[in-house]
Amino acid sequence: MSLLPWTIYLSFAGALVVLVAGTRSAAAARWLALATTAGGWGVTLLAGLSFRSAPGLQTLVDVRWIPELGVRYHLAADGISLTLVVLTGLAATAGVLFSWNVAERAGEFLALYLALVGGVYGVFLSADALLFLVFYELAIVPKYFLIARWGSTRREYGAMKLVLYSFAGSALVLTGILWAQAAGGGHGFALADLARGGFTPAQQRAMFALVFLGFAVLAGLFPFHTWAPTGHVAAPTPASMLLAGVVMKLGAYGCLRVALPLFPAGFAFWQPVIAWLAVAGVVVAGLAALVQEDFKFVIGYSSVSHMGFVLLGLAAANARAVSGAVLQMFSHGVIAGLLFAVVGRMVYDRTHTRRLADLRARPLHRWLPFAAVTFVVAGLASMGMPGFSGFPAELTILIGVWPVSRTWAVAAVAGVLIAAAFTLRAIQLAFFGQTGAMGANPPDDGGDRALRPLPPITWPERVGALLLLAATVLVGLKPDLLLNWIVPSLQSPLLQTALRGGAP
Amino acid sequence: MTGSYAELARALLPEAGLMAGALLILGIDLVWLRTRSSTLRLRVAAGIAAMAVMAAMVAVWLGAGAGPVAGGALVLDSLAVAARLGVLGLTLFTLGVATGAPAPRHPAEYVAIMLFATAGFTLMGAAHQLLIAFLALELASLSLYVLAGFDKTCPESAEAALKYFLVGGMSSAFLLFGFSLIYGATGSIELPEIAAVLGRQASSPLLEVALVMILVSFGFKVAAVPFHLWAPDAYAGAPTPSAALIASGSKLAGFVLFARLLWPALGRAVGVAAAPRGGRDWLLAVVLMAGASLLLGNVAALVQRNLRRLLAYSAIAHAGALLLGVLALGGSGPAPLFYYAATYGLAALGVFGVIAGVERVGGCARIEDLAGLHRRSPLLAACLLIFVLSLAGIPPLAGFFGKLSVFMAALQLDGLAGPVGWLAVLAILLSVVALYYYLIVLKQALVAAPAPRTPRIAVPLPAALALAGAAALLVLLGVFPSLVLARF
Repeated sequence: MSLLPWTIYLSFAGALVVLVAGTRSAAAARWLALATTAGGWGVTLLAGLSFRSAPGLQTLVDVRWIPELGVRYHLAADGISLTLVVLTGLAATAGVLFSWNVAERAGEFLALYLALVGGVYGVFLSADALLFLVFYELAIVPKYFLIARWGSTRREYGAMKLVLYSFAGSALVLTGILWAQAAGGGHGFALADLARGGFTPAQQRAMFALVFLGFAVLAGLFPFHTWAPTGHVAAPTPASMLLAGVVMKLGAYGCLRVALPLFPAGFAFWQPVIAWLAVAGVVVAGLAALVQEDFKFVIGYSSVSHMGFVLLGLAAANARAVSGAVLQMFSHGVIAGLLFAVVGRMVYDRTHTRRLADLRARPLHRWLPFAAVTFVVAGLASMGMPGFSGFPAELTILIGVWPVSRTWAVAAVAGVLIAAAFTLRAIQLAFFGQTGAMGANPPDDGGDRALRPLPPITWPERVGALLLLAATVLVGLKPDLLLNWIVPSLQSPLLQTALRGGAP
Repeated sequence: MTGSYAELARALLPEAGLMAGALLILGIDLVWLRTRSSTLRLRVAAGIAAMAVMAAMVAVWLGAGAGPVAGGALVLDSLAVAARLGVLGLTLFTLGVATGAPAPRHPAEYVAIMLFATAGFTLMGAAHQLLIAFLALELASLSLYVLAGFDKTCPESAEAALKYFLVGGMSSAFLLFGFSLIYGATGSIELPEIAAVLGRQASSPLLEVALVMILVSFGFKVAAVPFHLWAPDAYAGAPTPSAALIASGSKLAGFVLFARLLWPALGRAVGVAAAPRGGRDWLLAVVLMAGASLLLGNVAALVQRNLRRLLAYSAIAHAGALLLGVLALGGSGPAPLFYYAATYGLAALGVFGVIAGVERVGGCARIEDLAGLHRRSPLLAACLLIFVLSLAGIPPLAGFFGKLSVFMAALQLDGLAGPVGWLAVLAILLSVVALYYYLIVLKQALVAAPAPRTPRIAVPLPAALALAGAAALLVLLGVFPSLVLARF
């Protein structure tokens, strides 16, 4: 456990080393980046093995940082943050494996990537509201350059939109936290101190709205989700894996860690609104995914739809729904990573098209069988098939939501059906557009380069995909692995106030 | 006058060192270097100037904590020491930047006038009497007018100097008028004495006119709306190191001087900072100036195509946020204001330093002129990244904590119950707008490919050291803001 802060330091140090190494050799930069992310993941797994669950955050580091402003460098972890740092380590490692073909300015690419990873670790481990925000904003800037420099499809627009939405969200959070700190008597920013601020219900409603909305923008709350599909589509594959897989979770984690515990009365007031917006996100984004012509946009909208489940679980605010929401964060992080890896790296980098109509003309299940199998399995997991992580996660959320409001639960089930529809449509159009004789013998017209066989799947792609597949199957078959960390953490006094105050 | 001349000499040792350095530069250049290349003359002059500035910093450090000297004409409290060290440090970096810029026609004179301006800044930081304050301000301003117009071959430089001079001269006239009215109302030019008299007597129309005069001059000096019109032209036309000095040291010294004038001296003339009563206080006027600067600066910067004009409008926006620090000074002390002004100056100076580097091989007026900087000079690109992100207020750079401390101080006055709190919220939300135009600059430098046939940029060692040092300092002060904040 006490090693966990090293995930942050390791990532930032790795970023510097990779930046220097990248000026000499791209291969060295790649291996160093892989070592850094794998090392960080190893640290999180070790921490997981030695984790003794207890209610409340377990302090890792707590020193004075800026006493004049009341800011402490306070890192702490509980089962929820542990789940998410393990996810970060896994997704970051897989992302490096899927960036093996980045040739142009590889050192800079991986350095920005590692800086983003370091910021994400920092957010998941912060127990001081301002430190949380520092890491949160630290993670914003690398995203811009990753997308604007190495992205595709209207990359500058997508990058700017994503960064401005994220930064606007963090500006709202900053406003809310500074206001809360001033209104609470100007003590420190420690979450425990802020929670004792004694705000009036009217203040709580306004502060909660600011902080929750700020974080929810990054979690893809409808109707503030439009940055997500454009940004994730424009991003290069490893960045989309990390953005959809982990960075969107920062928003949901912020809602759970900061907004709910600090302002329980405000949460009780806004709960129905949040739940309805979450359900709307599940359904609307799912319907949008159903009609996309761009393969990557299907995945982009599916991410928003799945994040709607997370927000719905948080809005239901009972122990079961919230533990389901955290499980769904992990599950979606793995599955979204897989889906983006297949679409962006395995398919797009080889076919140079993402239009479903174009892909349909090729027998991709023959040319890229590994990609087809991976996508089908990941698609099943994404649909919530038993045996994969999506199933226990969404089921736990739905069971938790049911006693709170049956309408929400039924509407969310409709979202599950829509997810099945758009996933099956994407599988059919992208991989099985040409079957039978046509698929067995691709037309050999010589002149059409688009119809030639494609380069085979490389070993880093296989390793990365297998890691992610193993994680979704493992958690699908034995969700207790994570739930044993998550559920006791919900007993912490901070969260209990929110979970009690939020119940109707 | 009470107090000994030895004490006065000790207090003015930094200024004396700067003057001696300036004279030495002029003498050496006149005697030995008339026929040498202007690059060499610039290097020698900047080297001597750097030593003079460092000597002055040591003198400030040793003379700290002496309290009021020369019968209260100067004060050496923590703010004065910090302000003097701050402007000297900013001048040191500006000297490094100057060696990276194309050499002016009379390099020794150029550097010597920079030192004169710096002596004005350090005096502004310590002035505790209306007369000294005015003289220090004039010494600094007159030097800056010359620096702004130093490039005689360039019409824009002349235009910048003329505009700056006319507007600045008018602002000095306003200031002098205001000072004379205060003297008439209170019978004193010593700030503590003025405060004591104002505490005894009721508010008078005379005093209100004086306050308006001083605020007008303040607005001109720090380029706050509606007195900002000189800034874009001065930033765009002045030689780059001059613009760097105008944006950094001049700004820091101006804020310290006026914060001292407004709070310790005229603070008795106001009510509660959080809830200014309509029309009768200078606080409401400052609130309006701050809000207008934030709005106009950020919105106008969005449409700029010229990099220097963009910096000017961003400076106006920052002036708005700094005014927030002036408003909050009564509650939280000068630490947030000083930290913000100093780190802002460092970052703005750094951007001008990068511009100066790019100008070595061609123009650097439009934002597009930065295109492909990451290829042409990785050092300049990396430094620009840190400077611009600090201006944008991205953690863990110093710019973030400057804004944070100022906003916290503003919100602690009265939460969101008063206009100052709402101003802080406005500033936080406008930082999103600001990020857009800062990212546009960074996009050109770090993402765009260089235009065909643009040469690589070789940065001379002193300039490279100054830029890397400024960037490192921004990171250091960002990671450990207490290094500065704990000094007050």
